[in-house]
Amino acid sequence: MSKETNVKTIDRVVIRFAGDSGDGMQLAGNIFSNISAGEGNEISTFPDYPAEIRAPQGSLSGVSGYQVSVGKDVHTPGDAADVLVAMNPAALKTNLKYLRPDGIIICDEESFTPANLKKAEYASADPVAELGIDPKRIMLVPMTTLLKHTLSDSGLDQKGMMKCKNMLALGVVCWLFDRPVESVLKKLEAKFAKKPAIYEANAKVVQAGWDYGHNTHASMPVYRIETSTSQPGTYIDVTGNTATAWGLIMASEKSGRPLFLGSYPITPATDILHELAKRKDLGVKAIQMEDEIAGVCSAIGASYAGRLAVTSTSGPGLSLKSEGIGLAVMAELPLVVVDVQRGGPSTGLPTKTEQTDLMQALYGRNGESPLCVVAATSPTDCFDMAFNAAKIAVEHMTPVILLTDAFIANGSSAWRVPEESDYPEIKPHFPTKEQIENGWKPYDRTTDFARFWAVPGTEGAMHRVGGLEKDFNTSVISTDGPNHQKMVDIRRKKVAEIANDIPLIKPLFDEDEPDTILVGWGGTYGHLRTAATLLNEEGHKVAFQQFRYINPLPANAIETLNRYKRIIVAELNTGMFADYLQMHLPGKEILRINKVEGQPFLVKEIVDGVKKFMDVK
Amino acid sequence: MEENKTTGFTPADYKNSQNARWCPGCGDHAILNVLHKAMAELGIAPKDTAVISGIGCSSRLPYYMNTYGMHTIHGRAAAIATGVKTANPDLTVWQISGDGDGLAIGGNHFIHAVRRNVDINILLFNNKIYGLTKGQYSPTSDRGFVSKSSPYGTVEDPFIPAELCFGARGNFFARSIDILLDNSRECMVAAARHKGTAVVEIMQNCVIFNHGIHEYFANKENRENHTIILRHGEKMLFGKDNSKGLVQKGFGLKAVTIGEDGYTIDDILVHDAHCAENFLQQQLAMMDGHELPLALGVIRDYDAPVYDLEVDRQTEEIKAKKGYSNLRDMILKTCDHWEIK
Repeated sequence: MSKETNVKTIDRVVIRFAGDSGDGMQLAGNIFSNISAGEGNEISTFPDYPAEIRAPQGSLSGVSGYQVSVGKDVHTPGDAADVLVAMNPAALKTNLKYLRPDGIIICDEESFTPANLKKAEYASADPVAELGIDPKRIMLVPMTTLLKHTLSDSGLDQKGMMKCKNMLALGVVCWLFDRPVESVLKKLEAKFAKKPAIYEANAKVVQAGWDYGHNTHASMPVYRIETSTSQPGTYIDVTGNTATAWGLIMASEKSGRPLFLGSYPITPATDILHELAKRKDLGVKAIQMEDEIAGVCSAIGASYAGRLAVTSTSGPGLSLKSEGIGLAVMAELPLVVVDVQRGGPSTGLPTKTEQTDLMQALYGRNGESPLCVVAATSPTDCFDMAFNAAKIAVEHMTPVILLTDAFIANGSSAWRVPEESDYPEIKPHFPTKEQIENGWKPYDRTTDFARFWAVPGTEGAMHRVGGLEKDFNTSVISTDGPNHQKMVDIRRKKVAEIANDIPLIKPLFDEDEPDTILVGWGGTYGHLRTAATLLNEEGHKVAFQQFRYINPLPANAIETLNRYKRIIVAELNTGMFADYLQMHLPGKEILRINKVEGQPFLVKEIVDGVKKFMDVK
Repeated sequence: MEENKTTGFTPADYKNSQNARWCPGCGDHAILNVLHKAMAELGIAPKDTAVISGIGCSSRLPYYMNTYGMHTIHGRAAAIATGVKTANPDLTVWQISGDGDGLAIGGNHFIHAVRRNVDINILLFNNKIYGLTKGQYSPTSDRGFVSKSSPYGTVEDPFIPAELCFGARGNFFARSIDILLDNSRECMVAAARHKGTAVVEIMQNCVIFNHGIHEYFANKENRENHTIILRHGEKMLFGKDNSKGLVQKGFGLKAVTIGEDGYTIDDILVHDAHCAENFLQQQLAMMDGHELPLALGVIRDYDAPVYDLEVDRQTEEIKAKKGYSNLRDMILKTCDHWEIK
């Protein structure tokens, strides 16, 4: 960095990369967030891609985006971007709304061809004027010319050159935010290890982009992004789906039960299957079954056979698995069901985020069918909650539904790679030899009302389980009325008992005993927490609690919430968690902030919503 | 009950104290008793045996076993059995399904289990009727069949289980009749010894809702002329005193009487259950007891790669090749990471 360059320090910055689905925007964004994390920044990313794999090039529907927030106290990918990188007129048009009014645009000026302008449905030949953009805010880069100059002796044809365009844009962004080109090169080296020619071309282009920024826009300020003071350790950038897969592996290591996944491809949950399929190298058996039902059923079979059994899916798949999950409730077998929520009902919005499966998770089965429901709050929390879900399932002999969502599943943050000792042992209850010899029965229970897990192969413990009601004492089939009542009650009690094993809630910003609390659950944590911080900074006293354990609720949840005069529940549905809390808090008015647009909350929406309820003008 | 001299197990070792609650005279009783005997003959300990069923009359069977077992949900037995077996290939896994459970609601799981060739032994009880719901036509009921849900006769063709099994690239298919105890036992033992998905269709009589549906080949008088028991390496003979046999005619099969029309014993086909090409086996399996006798016994028994063993093999190979000690080790060796001090 030359000394005369004007360097500004900022806490955090939000950059949005937008282009055709095939433009490599996800890769550019991903490298930027990775190297920023390497510089000690906190990161949060949000890929926003269309459901179609390849929509027509240059069209409005084919634009894919990747938003990344880096800096200090980063909990969300940001409401609005400080910088928008738009690779073509369609990307500029569709993504301008995500840019702050004073934000900067980096754009390929040579993409403004008549054909592209037509495909992006512009009325004039001047998109900048047509969109009302202040020319001072837009940095028009002649990307095609730069690519041609840079790669003239690379041997690449025009198409090959154009494939490097994303790296040119990345080079410019790296200059703007004071990111060393060397760290980009390191990432590229790893990515193109087997294609040295492609690496060479991309490396040249990144440098060319950086130089272009440095030479032609030396008067623009360059930003230094504040680093955070994280816990010491080894960090990586991880998405929610990968973290979920790894949390399950950790649970397998801590329980000594080999991990089994029975699954079926479904957006946005498939990456869990992909990751666990790769993890044969750690002994994981991940099998792709013929349908969602077979996914859950094979997992139930594996659970009966003594494995840590998991099925992964998204909303429509959860519907299909309902009967199978009911069997696991009745047979009282451990099972983790991961539901990566997406827009519904039916096929809905497959690539977009929502929190609309809560009621299905809680109640979507026939009969009295209680089970444990938990939710992850962030990409990295997916690891912890997958671990916790498995721990509860195994120790309490129950199915557990883990709710994540498209936003945290595809989004990523920096994550400290844990040591094995960071996580507790998971202790399955196998019947002892002595127990078996003394007439053990399959529905005998621990003091927590959990069944014992007698694994096939165990001498003397041969037993049958199934979907029919069993006698409380003898464990054989029973249709006796009072016995059924007793069994229904004990299955419910067993799940309620889990409350003793989960952490109590402790609202944030609660020191001054405010009378208002903002409440959320699952993947909205980042936005809600940021909103609560802003509100308190502005002097509005609002406590904040995000729920990870939904059924059962933490033991002190109702008592704690009851202390507040005003409870505001913000969620990405029409009020499911609010309704659920209302059941537990009769007579208390529960205020609601809801949105069902397939997109995460904006922090501003929460802040404004809370202020409205607090009568703040 | 008698102890099997080789294995040391008796049928009683596989039987529990519950009284089977099927209707008196139901074919399931005979099949259950034969299964106990087959298991004693196989000598796989009850603790290493799991019996998985779906829903229906036949699917109550696991409750009458002293093995591990699971009575699951309608149609899903094959998927659950696949999970049990893939999770732990050391277990011997049996699936009990009826024609409704296995071929209607569970049809998808059936064909995929067969295609995958997971090592489970499927006993398909075929009585061509829904018994537990009191008499509706099933996917194996003949066209025109009158039942409570088809009062004017069905207007659809049935599945022929063997055809479905061959269509899904099945490597083991055998058939028996509930009353043929020895043949059933032989089929079950062969199914269990076969590595891969084994389908044993047992023509079973529902005394209440479809009594006599298999009479035309099952009753004692008809049986000799309307069925043929196939054994690998033996001539395909049937009829009184084995006076008839099967010969190849063009692309098909023909039943002949030895000594008539110039046919001698040398013309009669010898059964080959182990050959890879399944064309003739399929022809045999499709014989329906009318013009050609219904084929019983082991019709196809061919060794092919076994799913659960392949999963295990691949897992062990990859594990050994990569050599990661645990999750953290894998992450540090495969992911971009950085240190914060």
